[in-house]
Amino acid sequence: MNSPRAPEDAVRARIELSEGTVDLSGDLVIETIADLSHDVGGARRIDLSDAGRIDSAGAWFVLDLAGRIEGADADHPPIDGANDAQRQILDTVRRNMPPAEKSGDKRVTMLDRLEAFGRRTAEAGRIAVELTAFLGQVVATLGALVIHPRRLRLTSLVHHMQEVGLNAVPIVALMAFLIGVVLAFQGASQLRQFGAEVFVVDLIAISVLRELGILLTAIIVAGRSGSAFTASIGAMKMREEVDAMRTLGLNPIQILVVPRVLALMLMLPVLGLIADLSGLIGGAMMSWIELGVSPAVFQSRLVANTDVWHFVVGLIKAPFFALIIGIIGCYEGMKVGGNTESLGRLTSTSVVLSIFMVIVVDAVFSVFFAVVGV
Amino acid sequence: MAEEEPIIKVRGLVKAFGDHVVHDGVDLDVRRGEIIGIVGGSGTGKSVLLHQIVGLLKPDAGRIEVFGESVRDTSDEEYRRLRRRWGVMFQDGALFSSLTVRQNVEAPMREQMNLPDDLRETLAGIKVRMVGLPENAHDKYPSDLSGGMRKRAGLARAISLDPEIVFLDEPTAGLDPIGAADFDTLIRELQSALGLTVFMVTHDLDSLHAICDRIAVLADKKVLAVGTMAEMLEIDHPWVREYFHGPRARAAQGKPRPDEVD
Repeated sequence: MNSPRAPEDAVRARIELSEGTVDLSGDLVIETIADLSHDVGGARRIDLSDAGRIDSAGAWFVLDLAGRIEGADADHPPIDGANDAQRQILDTVRRNMPPAEKSGDKRVTMLDRLEAFGRRTAEAGRIAVELTAFLGQVVATLGALVIHPRRLRLTSLVHHMQEVGLNAVPIVALMAFLIGVVLAFQGASQLRQFGAEVFVVDLIAISVLRELGILLTAIIVAGRSGSAFTASIGAMKMREEVDAMRTLGLNPIQILVVPRVLALMLMLPVLGLIADLSGLIGGAMMSWIELGVSPAVFQSRLVANTDVWHFVVGLIKAPFFALIIGIIGCYEGMKVGGNTESLGRLTSTSVVLSIFMVIVVDAVFSVFFAVVGV
Repeated sequence: MAEEEPIIKVRGLVKAFGDHVVHDGVDLDVRRGEIIGIVGGSGTGKSVLLHQIVGLLKPDAGRIEVFGESVRDTSDEEYRRLRRRWGVMFQDGALFSSLTVRQNVEAPMREQMNLPDDLRETLAGIKVRMVGLPENAHDKYPSDLSGGMRKRAGLARAISLDPEIVFLDEPTAGLDPIGAADFDTLIRELQSALGLTVFMVTHDLDSLHAICDRIAVLADKKVLAVGTMAEMLEIDHPWVREYFHGPRARAAQGKPRPDEVD
């Protein structure tokens, strides 16, 4: 048995060549072998009679030396003077030596890059198909709920409405209020150059009602609730709760996905409305302080000059944004596999993808409304 | 083996979580070069004992000495040096999920040694082969491995730096009987090849029979008995009798022992 000794007290190993023999002395352990030379010259044998402790790194070193000796037999390395413990570890390591051929060097070639690009493209296409299939499943389940409304999990729906709707009111209202303030302030400083300060009302009303209110609300909700959907469904997926549901004959789409998506579709328009209101209030306040446009004037200009369609256009988009956020959040959650790493990765993918898709769809809506002339 | 200073020495260990007292005066000696199995019912604090010895949990009172040095009152530097001399395998391997099997085994070398990359890779490869993982498993991620392979990889990481003591937490739990028997043999082989002292927490009566030199029974908040399997069978305590004379225990004893240790 090896004598007990703390690793830092290991005796320095030495390698000496004499008369066709490689003499090894000292402790051949992981701390000492890194600096030793692997040169065996013309030696025929290795002598271990002066060697101390040998660990598996040391054994590898001795066997590596033996392998360099000309005409050495790998199964019977020319090693002398090993005691029982040393022989045992040498035998164990010899059976587990790395295969002789070195793995080729791993330079990344142009072809590899091209291949990686192709794979990513194919992957993106596959995700698009899968997302569409998932959307189809959810819509089909929603359709079935119209026929059998009692299958809807009402408690769960209300819980999620509170979670994604009511609890998000403070942050959404504050965000929209500040956006109104910023618009009024920036707009005023530009419009003042033309003496057209009063048009700041139209600027605020149109930009907040039509675009900013709902878009920024959707982005906040994607970050807040979309990620929460992925994380909670992903955690259930990881602990096989989703599989357990399936074996009990429960439909995870109906139980987990539908209440979340539905809650989001019901609450996002409400949040959008709150954002519109508080954006206008923020804008009105700043106009009053900065430009002296009184709230009464602000209100009468708002009513007279802003078409109600600006408001409607904003709110029409809300359920679509909600659908995108909900579907992507739940889909990424369902994709979580057995390991914890995928949960974190997919949660961030879910947020990035849903924000990106919300903006894409917003752009599509802009074009559409421009074409139909609203 | 003559009486020598035990490699692990636990004296008067007390540990409680809130009002729940887990250990109340635990004494235990582990001898150099033996395989000791820790058994006990659920909640008797087997894993808690292991965690205290390796310094993951702080005992409320008592002494723990490993290699003759106290684990409790050490500086960070001393603790780092102590830790370098043992390896721990957790229940499900506890592999780092973002690293491949080989990188997992390299991790302790990377942190504690200053080795050239290719040497580190070669040594890690040897360790991965030693625990019997196939060649194609070296570059796989833990999530792509079966439970048994993850345990093997966890063992490879535990022996990465050729430690003197290996702590195993339920090494055969969740393995099929053949896989568990293979794992027992593997532990025995590595123990004799690398001169290890093995401290294992287990529920597996077969492994207790097959590879443990001595068994320590945790019950009533202390170590109730330490001894060989034959000695365990003589003890007159309701839980110990139930454990070692129950139907499963009899089945395990009926088998021939692959490695007779007396």
